Amino acid sequence: MSKRLLNLLLPAATGVLFIAVWYAVRFSLSEDMQFLLPSPGEIIGAFRTNGADLAHAALNTAEGALLGFVGAIAISSLLALALSVSSLVRVSLYPYLMMLQMIPVIIFAPILILWVGPGLKSVVVITFLICFFPLVVNTTQGLVSTDRNIVELFRMYRATRPQEIFLLRAPAALPYFFTGLRIAATLAPIGALVGDYTAGSSAGDGGGLGFQAIIYSSQAKYPALFATAAVTCVLGFVFVAVVVGLSWLALHQWHDSYERTDN
Amino acid sequence: MFRAPMAATPLVDLHDLTKRYGEGSVVLDRINLAAAPGDFISLIGPSGCGKSTLLRLIAGLSPLTGGSLLIDGRTPEEAAAELAFVFQEPTLLPWLTAAQNVGVPLKLRGVPADQRLATCARVLELVRLADRAHAHPRQLSGGQKMRVSIARALSLSPKLLLLDEPFGALDEMTREHLNEELLAIREAQAWTAFFVTHSVAEAVFLSSRILVMSANPGRVHTEIAVPFAYPRTAATRLSREYHDLVTEVSRLLRSVETADT
Repeated sequence: MSKRLLNLLLPAATGVLFIAVWYAVRFSLSEDMQFLLPSPGEIIGAFRTNGADLAHAALNTAEGALLGFVGAIAISSLLALALSVSSLVRVSLYPYLMMLQMIPVIIFAPILILWVGPGLKSVVVITFLICFFPLVVNTTQGLVSTDRNIVELFRMYRATRPQEIFLLRAPAALPYFFTGLRIAATLAPIGALVGDYTAGSSAGDGGGLGFQAIIYSSQAKYPALFATAAVTCVLGFVFVAVVVGLSWLALHQWHDSYERTDN
Repeated sequence: MFRAPMAATPLVDLHDLTKRYGEGSVVLDRINLAAAPGDFISLIGPSGCGKSTLLRLIAGLSPLTGGSLLIDGRTPEEAAAELAFVFQEPTLLPWLTAAQNVGVPLKLRGVPADQRLATCARVLELVRLADRAHAHPRQLSGGQKMRVSIARALSLSPKLLLLDEPFGALDEMTREHLNEELLAIREAQAWTAFFVTHSVAEAVFLSSRILVMSANPGRVHTEIAVPFAYPRTAATRLSREYHDLVTEVSRLLRSVETADT
């Protein structure tokens, strides 16, 4: 059997086994407890009845996640550039960047709502805060990790500072940047969800998946709650898939991490 | 001072060149040397004799502590356009193709793309890599990467080529081939070379002059003139005189090294 086929069959088999165990557990529960674990069928049913709401909420969350994510990429790249230029700037800002990462979003959310207003704006800011740190740390690391000999070579050829940054340091930092991007891509939908859960409730029509989750749990619509979780998973997969694709486009021709090992 | 009218003015002129790191030990102690255009000078000696440091000083990568250093009558900074450096590692940019790597110095100097392309093609031809122009560094062998690195150094038609153990990491066969190629290129493009190496055979094969250096502090111990006429080929290595000279320089180098310990 070819390796490729095996790579498809094995995860599929795991999935089937998982669903079988799921059904087994569900039907071994006594009838009055079965609501605790809806069956996959019931969850698909929940998609049918709540599909429009879920799709609407998913779009809102995706919008917040995307805006926060892109904003974090832009600002973190600029900050990383500033940090890479001077070790003094690095030393003076690093502790506060750490602190930014430590901010507990749940506690901060009520104030944030007062500052920027509920709904999308708060969701974007919270996503931004969650994505920012891994991006800025990795990109900065990349920008300062350029091969010293090549930097000397550039200096010897009298490269200007912008030439050194854009022709040498920035491309050399790409693998690090994409490492940060992958981490941030997994965080962005979660960040948007948490943001929505804490700050989306008073947004009315602009509520996202977090807000839907609050409604479904208050109405004891557990299958719909599971469906909400599934939608969030899909959203996360889309983010990661896009980043993995971009990373492949940027790096596969030259970076060792994409080296084919079969030749 | 009287100078013979026909004598070429030195391309590189070192006078009492001294290098110290901070208040610490003296790395290079009063080096005097004049390199005429067309010289191929090898620097050989025990580790710590400062041969790589000397190369870096000439390249302007590191400031001198004392004495003077003139290239073509100017400081290394002013003469930057005349010199090129080849590191021990190929130091290629992995995201660029071989041709693009060769074009980096031209690009930094603002040469337009079409001229750059023409020069890159010509120089890659010179190092016999025209067919690999569009390969990325990871697709090239160690010897091929080094060829690209040399091609990049030659792209600006330098007067002075500084090579810091460029073939040190390559196997014997590849090294000998590249030695021959380097001399063949030199026939076509008359540059002057400073070449740091650990290999006596390589130094004798390539050089017109060999400077044997001693360590602590770094000094020029002996200079040896290599009498074999250029162009030299693989056949040069088979001659009796070549072997005798390799033996002589090896013996000298060993005496310098044992004196040091």
